[in-house]
Amino acid sequence: MNHTDRGFRTRSIHVGSPRDPRTGAVVPPIYLASTYVQPGAGEWGEFDYARSGNPTRKNLENVIASLEGGYGGLALASGMAATHTVTMLLSHGDHIVAGSDIYGGTYRLLHKICDRAGLTVTLVDTTDPARLAAAMQPRTRLLWLESPGNPRLSITDLAACAEIAHRAGALVAVDNTFATPVATRPLELGADIVMHSSTKYLGGHSDVLGGALVANSKELYERLYFIQNATGAVQAPWDSYLITRGIKTLSVRVREQSLTAMRLAEYLRGHPRVQQVLYPGLPDHPGHRLAARQMNGVFGAMLTLEIKGDYARAKTIAESTKLFQLAVSLGAVESLIEQPASMSHASYDPQARTAHGITDGLIRLSVGLEDFEDLRDDLRQAIEQD
Amino acid sequence: MNSPRQLESFSSPQKPGASTLAVHAGEDRHKLGDSITDPIVCAATYTFADTQAVIDFIEKKQPREEYGRYGNPGEKVVERKLAALEGGELALLYSSGMAAIVGLLMAKLNAGDEVVFFDECYHRSREFCAKHLSRFGVVTRQVKTCDYEAMDAAVTPRTKLLISESPTNPHLSIIDLEKFAAIGKRRGVETLIDATLATPFNVRPLEYGVDYVLHSATKYLAGHNDLLAGVIVGAAEKLEPVKKLRGILGAINSPHNIFLLERGLKTFELRMQRQNANGQAIAEFLVAHPRVERVYYPGLPSHPYHEVARRTMRGFGGLITFLVKDATWQQTARIVDAVQIPRIGPSLGGVESLIEQPLVMSYYECTPEDRQRFGIYDNMIRLSCGIENIEDLISDLKQALEQ
Repeated sequence: MNHTDRGFRTRSIHVGSPRDPRTGAVVPPIYLASTYVQPGAGEWGEFDYARSGNPTRKNLENVIASLEGGYGGLALASGMAATHTVTMLLSHGDHIVAGSDIYGGTYRLLHKICDRAGLTVTLVDTTDPARLAAAMQPRTRLLWLESPGNPRLSITDLAACAEIAHRAGALVAVDNTFATPVATRPLELGADIVMHSSTKYLGGHSDVLGGALVANSKELYERLYFIQNATGAVQAPWDSYLITRGIKTLSVRVREQSLTAMRLAEYLRGHPRVQQVLYPGLPDHPGHRLAARQMNGVFGAMLTLEIKGDYARAKTIAESTKLFQLAVSLGAVESLIEQPASMSHASYDPQARTAHGITDGLIRLSVGLEDFEDLRDDLRQAIEQD
Repeated sequence: MNSPRQLESFSSPQKPGASTLAVHAGEDRHKLGDSITDPIVCAATYTFADTQAVIDFIEKKQPREEYGRYGNPGEKVVERKLAALEGGELALLYSSGMAAIVGLLMAKLNAGDEVVFFDECYHRSREFCAKHLSRFGVVTRQVKTCDYEAMDAAVTPRTKLLISESPTNPHLSIIDLEKFAAIGKRRGVETLIDATLATPFNVRPLEYGVDYVLHSATKYLAGHNDLLAGVIVGAAEKLEPVKKLRGILGAINSPHNIFLLERGLKTFELRMQRQNANGQAIAEFLVAHPRVERVYYPGLPSHPYHEVARRTMRGFGGLITFLVKDATWQQTARIVDAVQIPRIGPSLGGVESLIEQPLVMSYYECTPEDRQRFGIYDNMIRLSCGIENIEDLISDLKQALEQ
């Protein structure tokens, strides 16, 4: 069955789960084998050694590639393994431009690991394409974007930035973890590579770590596959299965969680103890108009607020919710709360944190699947206690 | 490890919603190792620090694990979650839906006792009573579905249990739960509803005074066509002997399955909303299609039990049965073979749509007279809607009906 013309949700259920031809099982078996018997010496079957390929992982790679609309997908052991795989496309002396509102772990990889391989990095506010154009250098080979950004949920015009990067001869990679392909499909907007921490919305249940890459062309897919196979940070079969299973409800989860996030943003914006709510669905968010165009009517389920008060006040609130659980990560059915300054973005240098707007009073919410009323009441009691 | 605290103890001003329950109910707020998800405990047995600890366990009835057949930490979490969703005191998990009903029947019935079924109840449940429990002297009576007077009349002083499914399968008849429970209360007989097709999202039979709710959790509750499970929910006092017998008979579920069930339940409300919507839309599409003779779906005004369904159910589920106009069984089979998205297979309730022809799938070896008696027609197709895009499902059915 050819699924390419099917709807998003139909593909999310069927592309990664072909009927098992041997038994007819409606859910394909989980292949745990580390190696595969070959038809003859020097003759190779589709699978040979599990690092090079595994049927369960392949199913996951196929469904992610289909949802992102790319040529091919790769499943890796974590989001960082996926990001690292992309940076390994570059060579000594190459230059990377990345957004300034990005995941702390990516910041750390670029500044504390890639620098040792002789790669240089410039962070720039990608919400302003003019600034991006000015940051491009003759050796710029990669533009790394995140939209919505983390933790300030800034919105970047992916199509405009991709055009600037391509003119300068750089590849464009987009970390699409926050938006998910339900809201944004960067390859359709000109990106070359999409990256996911599939730990988040793709897996969706806080019970698996994973990373994914989707390439827009055969040539780029093969270069990335070569790195995956050669360096070995592959996704395990069980985890591949759990992510494939999670993807079957991706669209319904993300849409529902985003609706709840929107209602929470509206509630919090009117709260006297809240300084500011950063949510792209609010009309006064600086990226709202762009998000309305680029996010398919879904504004995501991440919401950052700045409370009136200091570091200690934000810390107390983050520690006193009962339904929102205090933890990093995001994107799952359970709602989470965290303080970026002390948790998700603690790997930034303190000066860099301030420069990139990660203030002490910020609180980041990952809105889960719980009922809106329960989440609202939980936030209210946490914010209003003395 | 921090002391256990569960959702029930939250000082929420109102009762948590179904999705909040699906995500959190039954789980400890702080879990082993501070993990956000429950660990999978594969232990067959559980150890004691010393002899005195064993004696304390036996004498003081301490709530702890002992041996895998008697209980498992993950099993308890899922049981609490299912009980919360169903609004019952206690849930008991089994290795399959059939294991669950057999567990209850074996605990409740003695030689000479009688059970009364509505005759559209799952045929394997009726078969177990009629063919197997009869060997132990249990008498099974069957009356026409939704004939409450006939059910009342079938009750004797030896009757112990009244059983029905609602909605029934594949005819989607809807039981008036108030009337059904009232017969039991008036006659002093316990009542059981197999609500697999309804799920606690659409109806909660315990609220109508039914004593036990049964689910094949394989279906909507787990929702991903990747595990088998059964559950019975009811009052703790009534289920204690059933639980004890389960520990002896051992039709328990496995730790890995339990983990998948718990994970599946997190998206329970979302999936049900989608499957209700898909079911309604497809039923409406089919009823208007010239090749369709009849559609069995409680959400349609033409359905004989539409009124009672509307009164008691929040949605009508993802299962639809329909008859193809002027079609032989072979012509009907060609439609089943022509669909491209739903796969041919028994079972229902998962995210993947499934399709089948009851004559072929479940009644192939019956005589034509028996099939006629059961209301299984040659031109009948049963469709279990998954959560795929409705446009895709409808265009797929359309091409299959029109080729």
